[in-house]
Amino acid sequence: MSILKVENIYKRFGKIEVLKGVSFEMNKGEVLSILGSSGSGKTTLLRCINFLEKADGGVISVDGDVIFDASDKSKMTAADIRRSQLNFGMVFQSFNLFPQYNVLENVTLAPKLLAKEDPNYHANKKAILAEIDEHAKELLARVGLSEKLDSYPCQLSGGQQQRVSIARALALKPKILFFDEPTSALDPELTGEILKVIRSLAQQNITMVIVTHEIGFAKNVSDRIIFMDNGVIAEQGTPAEVIDNPKNERTKAFLNLISQKE
Amino acid sequence: MFLQVTMSLLEGFKTTFNIFILTLLFALPLGLIISFGSMCKVKFIKWFVKTFIWIIRGTPLMLQLIVVYYGPGLIGTWAQEAIKTGVASGAIMEWLASWHVFERFFALILAFVINYACYFSEIFRGGIESIPRGQYEAGQVLGMTKVQVFFKVVLMQVVKRIIPPMSNEIITLVKDTSLARIIMVYEIIWNAQKYIKSEGLLWPLFYTAVYYLLFCGILTLLFGYIEKKLDYYKI
Ligand SMILES: Nc1ncnc2c1ncn2[C@@H]1O[C@H](COP(=O)(O)OP(=O)(O)OP(=O)(O)O)[C@@H](O)[C@H]1O
Ligand SMILES: [Mg+2]
Repeated sequence: MSILKVENIYKRFGKIEVLKGVSFEMNKGEVLSILGSSGSGKTTLLRCINFLEKADGGVISVDGDVIFDASDKSKMTAADIRRSQLNFGMVFQSFNLFPQYNVLENVTLAPKLLAKEDPNYHANKKAILAEIDEHAKELLARVGLSEKLDSYPCQLSGGQQQRVSIARALALKPKILFFDEPTSALDPELTGEILKVIRSLAQQNITMVIVTHEIGFAKNVSDRIIFMDNGVIAEQGTPAEVIDNPKNERTKAFLNLISQKE
Repeated sequence: MFLQVTMSLLEGFKTTFNIFILTLLFALPLGLIISFGSMCKVKFIKWFVKTFIWIIRGTPLMLQLIVVYYGPGLIGTWAQEAIKTGVASGAIMEWLASWHVFERFFALILAFVINYACYFSEIFRGGIESIPRGQYEAGQVLGMTKVQVFFKVVLMQVVKRIIPPMSNEIITLVKDTSLARIIMVYEIIWNAQKYIKSEGLLWPLFYTAVYYLLFCGILTLLFGYIEKKLDYYKI
């Protein structure tokens, strides 16, 4: 069974139709990259899946459970949305770390707030909080930031900030991790360190959806590639199919343009 | 004489200080609530609150003091008169007729709190609206509730941003307390003015400046200290 199933997502902003029926599925442990020119609707698609935008049409299921159905408004209370959101982690282009918290606190804030809802919280408070700290330190070690636990975001480079935000997203053990152009705000030298982290996550079989303009990286790390054009999926398949032998004219044009730039 | 004036001014300053503290205590939380109203998605509430802020900020505090102090009494007398002459009647008129002037100090604090809450609310609104949307979204995708996002993520950043304009407004409040004597609440300036009439002395009036300067100096240091405390992070 697919871990994520997206069916016929529609989204419009005022008059412009940004997503015009997008459907795809992915399996557990898969890495899916989404390519496409600027304005094709990649960010909007991610935002519709993780409830930062409300799609106008379509159905989204996780592990076979429908978590969003545009035609069925009954399941959409704030609490339902919140529960569904916990299936997903999100890494933003602009990091969005919390400036007033240090690195460790950035990672532990959400898990600690969530732990309070655990009925055993008061009985085992110490143990639960210690475990969250432990897990956070482990994650920060995995992204190579063990030395920076006490630093504040303003004291870190862009690459380090983005690695914190990856650890923060992983702290809630999401089923699927989304990246929206995780390296576009970074210098080329810093891009490498993020790509390395994402690659290591792929090796640990973490299910990921990555919107990126790094074609070489996408080809290398992904199991499958989606190419979006003007609000629809123009082409999808393995990296070998989509990047090395594109069938769609728009995909060819896009890949040509990118390779000229590089 | 000097000692006597000093003590008398100190007495007046106590009132000044009480007005200041009580106004702050109530106007800060009320200002936060008003700022939520002025950002409310319900258009009716938003425009109602915005109109209210416009009226309060658009008229002098001195006038508001007079309205709050004398207004209810005037309405009460007018309603009684109207009932007596048979011009109007009914439950509402009966209720209005029961209105009478507030106790002086209460009226004073009421007017100050409303006035300052409106100014504070605009500072809060500016602070809250300046926090990038990404902060809310990051909290939301981490499964935080709206309330958690506001109190755990946004509020501290708002506080840091609004300290400079807030300290300005609070220092203005120190000096606005001198308006209290309009409705005969005897704060420090009134106590100094007494000496002009009774002894023909002008210097006690100038002497009040020392109190204001000292107090504002302490506040300035305090705000400087808070700013420094919050300097460990940048927004
Ligand atoms: N909140 C919004 N209000 C109005 N229009 C929007 C909004 N968000 C996105 N759009 C429009 O939707 C279209 C798709 O935007 P989107 O950000 O999804 O593209 P993208 O594929 O992520 O592009 P990029 O590669 O530049 O990030 C664009 O035309 C954009 O202007
Ligand atoms: Mg985008």
